[in-house]
Amino acid sequence: MPVESVFPRLEPLLPKVQKPIQYVGGELNSTVKDWDAAAVRWALMYPDAYEVGLPNQGVMILYEVLNEVADVLAERTYAVWGDMEKLMREHSVPQFTVDAHRPVGAFDVFGVSFSTELGYTNLLNALDLSGIPLEAKDRGLDDPIVLIGGHASFNPEPIADFIDAAVVGDGEQAVLQITDVIRAWKAEGRPGGRDELLFRLAVTGGVYVPRFYDVDYLEDGRIQRVAPNRSGVPWRVSKHTVMDLDEWPYPKQPLVPLAETVHERMSVEIFRGCTRGCRFCQAGMITRPVRERSITGIGEMVEKGLKATGFEEVGLLSLSSADHTEIAEVAKGLADRYTEDKIGLSLPSTRVDAFNIDLANELTRNGRRSGLTFAPEGGSERMRKVINKMVSEEDLIRTVATAYGNGWRQVKLYFMCGLPTETDEDVLQIAEMAKKVIAKGREVSGSRDIRCTVSIGGFVPKPHTPFQWAPQLDHKTTDERLQKLRDVIRADRQYGKSIGFRYHDGKPGIVEGLLSRGDRRVGKVIRAVWEDGGRFDGWSEHFSYDRWMRCAETALAGDPVDVDWYTTREREWNEVLPWDHLDSGLDKDWLWEDWQDALDEVEVEDCRWTPCFDCGVCPQMDTEIQIGPTGKKLLPLSVVK
Amino acid sequence: MPEGPPPAPAVQKLRLRYAKRGRLRFTSHRDFQRAFERALRRAEVPMAYSAGFTPHPKVSYAGAAPTGVASEAEYLELSVARRCEPAELRALLDTSLPPGLDVLDVVEAAPGNLAERLQASVWEVRLPEVEPETARKAAEAFLAADSVEVERMTKNGLRTFDARAAVAALEAVDRSDDEIDAGHQGVDGSSDRPCAILRLVVRHTTPAVRPDDVLSGLRLVADLAPPVPAAVTRLAQGPLDAETGAVTDPLAPEHAVTSTGNEEL
Repeated sequence: MPVESVFPRLEPLLPKVQKPIQYVGGELNSTVKDWDAAAVRWALMYPDAYEVGLPNQGVMILYEVLNEVADVLAERTYAVWGDMEKLMREHSVPQFTVDAHRPVGAFDVFGVSFSTELGYTNLLNALDLSGIPLEAKDRGLDDPIVLIGGHASFNPEPIADFIDAAVVGDGEQAVLQITDVIRAWKAEGRPGGRDELLFRLAVTGGVYVPRFYDVDYLEDGRIQRVAPNRSGVPWRVSKHTVMDLDEWPYPKQPLVPLAETVHERMSVEIFRGCTRGCRFCQAGMITRPVRERSITGIGEMVEKGLKATGFEEVGLLSLSSADHTEIAEVAKGLADRYTEDKIGLSLPSTRVDAFNIDLANELTRNGRRSGLTFAPEGGSERMRKVINKMVSEEDLIRTVATAYGNGWRQVKLYFMCGLPTETDEDVLQIAEMAKKVIAKGREVSGSRDIRCTVSIGGFVPKPHTPFQWAPQLDHKTTDERLQKLRDVIRADRQYGKSIGFRYHDGKPGIVEGLLSRGDRRVGKVIRAVWEDGGRFDGWSEHFSYDRWMRCAETALAGDPVDVDWYTTREREWNEVLPWDHLDSGLDKDWLWEDWQDALDEVEVEDCRWTPCFDCGVCPQMDTEIQIGPTGKKLLPLSVVK
Repeated sequence: MPEGPPPAPAVQKLRLRYAKRGRLRFTSHRDFQRAFERALRRAEVPMAYSAGFTPHPKVSYAGAAPTGVASEAEYLELSVARRCEPAELRALLDTSLPPGLDVLDVVEAAPGNLAERLQASVWEVRLPEVEPETARKAAEAFLAADSVEVERMTKNGLRTFDARAAVAALEAVDRSDDEIDAGHQGVDGSSDRPCAILRLVVRHTTPAVRPDDVLSGLRLVADLAPPVPAAVTRLAQGPLDAETGAVTDPLAPEHAVTSTGNEEL
C-alpha cells in the first residue's frame, strides 16, 4: 500500500515557523528509497531538535547500516519545536520523517535513540503527534514497534509503559538481527499478531520487552523482584557488543545538513569503551571492553568521509581519545595529510598529562592556540581517589605549565559537584587549584594575559556504576556549595579576575536523577509532565523544575515513594535495583566492592596495562580487549600536485 | 602570526548564477553559504583564499533572496588559484550541490562590478485560493497610490517605510503552463482551485522592498488577505532598462565575450 507524503500539507506551514529548513530534509548523503519495495521500514528518531539530533553518530550509523540492506528502508525524524507542533496539531499533520515526509505511524519500527533521559517527554510528544497510542498495551497490529536504544536504555524502566522493546548496547548488528525477525514474521503473514513478534524478539535474549516482565514491590516501596511472566523469555537481557570496529566503518557517508547544527565536522570514532574506571562515568562502565579502530582504519574513514562531505574539521571521538595506543601517530599522520588543505583536527575528551599538550600542539600546527580543556573532575586529592580519577595536583600543574609555555592562553577545567562523601572543603579546593594554575601560568608565560575557566556540573548517580547505590546531593546543598566556591574565587584579589566560573544549578540534576534511577512507577510522572506541556527538558529555557515536582507529587501520591526516595536515598547492598535484569556484563558484586573501595578512597588501575580486576564484562559477554599498537603508519596520500 | 606560505593568489574570477528550488527554497542565505563552500571542497575547486589566521575561500554573494522564496536568478562571484573552464566548473558544482540548489551558469568575469548591475528583480507571487480578478484590482489600487507605508519587523524592531516607490511594475498575469513553477510544486498543484499570479518588478533600494512588503501593501490598499501563504519566486535580477522597464541579463557583458568566441579574455 503506498504511503502518501505529508509534504503538500506541511509546505504551507513552513513559512510560518522558525528555521523551516530543519523540516525539509534533502541533506547531502540522505537516502529516499521506494516504499513498496521495502520489506522492513524503520523510522529513526533522535528525540531532540534537528540541530542537536542530526549530527548524532548513533542515528547516523544505524540509518546507513539499515539503508545498505536492499529490502530495508530507514528514514529520520526529530523533535519539532513548539511553533511547528501547534501548526501540525491545528492542521492534522502527523509526525513525519524528513527524508520522504512519510508519517511515522506507517513504519514497521519507530526506533528512538536516548543518550539522555531528558528526552523522554519528547518521545511522548512524538508518539502522540504520530497517532501512536502512548502506552504499548493500547497499540494494534499496524502500529510501529516502538524500540529504544542508546545509553539511557540501560535502565528503560521509567518509560517501560511507553515502549515495546529496548536494545541494550551497540546497535549496528542488533538492528540487522531485529530486521531479520520482523522480515520473517511479516513474510509469514504476521502470525500471532504483535504479541508474537515481540515474543520472537524477546527470546533472542538481546531485546528487552517490558511487557513480558512483572515487577513486584515490597510494602516500603522497594522492588521485591522482577521476573518473566511467560516461559521462553530470559531472566536477564544481554547488551550487544560489536567486536571489530574496522569491520564497521560507519558513517561512511555522513549526513551534511543545510541547516546549522551543533557539530559540523567529520567525526570518526577511534575506539569504543573505556576502562579508566572513573566511578561516576556510566559510559565508561557500560561500553566495556575497549575496542580500538586501527590507525589505517581511521585514516581511511577520514579520507573517504572528507571526500563525501566537504567538512572542514575532523573530530576523533571516543571516551578518552588520547588513550588510543597509536594516537600520536594518528595525530601526526592526519596533520601531515590535511594541514595544507585547511582541515582542522579536534580531539575531545583528553586526560590531564603533558603528552596531551604535544598532541594538542600537533593538532594546531598552523592555528591559534586558544583554549585547552582538562577534566580533573574532583577538586581535592581525596575526592579524586573516591571517584578513581587518578590525577595528582602535581600532574595537573605540570601539564598546565607546559600548555602555557607552548603559547596556549586559556585552560578550562571541568569538575563535578555533589560526588559521594563530598564536603564543602573538597569543593573549595577547586579554587585553590585554579589559583595555582594561574600562578604557574603567569610564571611560565611571563604574561598576566592568561585565563583559567572552572566549569562545574552536578553529579547524577547512574545505573550500572559503582555509584548506583549512592545518595544524590539535594539541589539546595549543591547550590550552596557552588555559591561558597564562587564567593571564594571572587574574593581573591590576586587571581580572582583571571578565573572564570561556570556552573549549572542543581535542579535539573534532580530530575535527571529521578529518570536515571527510576522504576516503572516514574512513568506516571513523565506522562503527567508531558500532559502539562513539558517538552525539550534538556533546554534550560524549556525545563521547568516546578512542573516536574508538582507532577511527581500528584502522580506518586498513591505510592510509598517520592522524588527524594529515588534521588537522595542511599541504597543497600541487598536492594533489587530496577535495572538488575538488564545485563551490562558488570558483576554486581564487583560494582559493590568498587563502591566500598570508593568509600575507603582506594584506587583501581586500568586493565589495559595491569592484570584483569574482574569487573566481569569479558567473560560474561564473551568479549576481550582489542588494542594496538599495529605499528602501521599513515602515509601521505597525495600524488605530486 | 600564521606560519607557512601565504595563500596562492587569485588568477581568475568567475561569476555564477544559481537557482533555489522546491523544498530547498527554505535554505537561508547562511545555510547556502555553508553548503556552497562544502560543495567547493568536495568538487576540489582550486579556490583562492583570504590571508589571515582563518583563511576563507574567496566567494562574494550578491543580494540573496529571502528564506522561503524560490529563485531562478541568484548570483555570486568566486576567485580561483588555478584557471578553470567555466562550463566544466558549472557541471562539477551542480553535481556537488544537492538537487534544488542548481548551478545554472558559470562565466569568466568581464570588467565591471556585478553587484552594481543587479538593479532590480522580477518576482512572481502565486496566491493560491485568491481569484485572479481580486488580485488584479488590488494591483491597480496599489499602483494608483502615491505611497504605501508598510511595517516590517526587523532586527532593530518594527520599521515603517514606503513600499510603493520601489515597484516599477505590478500586474496580475494569467496562468499558463509554460511558466516556471519548479519552485512550488505542491502548493497550487490542483488546477481546479483558483490561484492568482502577480508579476512584479522591484528596484533594489534601501531599505530593501521585498515581495512580502508589497503583499503587506496590497492588504493595506485593497484588503487582499491570502488564506494560504504566497509562493514567491525570483525570476530574474539585473539592470533595469529605464525605457522598456525590462530587467535584462546581468551577465550580458560576459555572454557577449563568449558568443564572439574571444577566448583570450
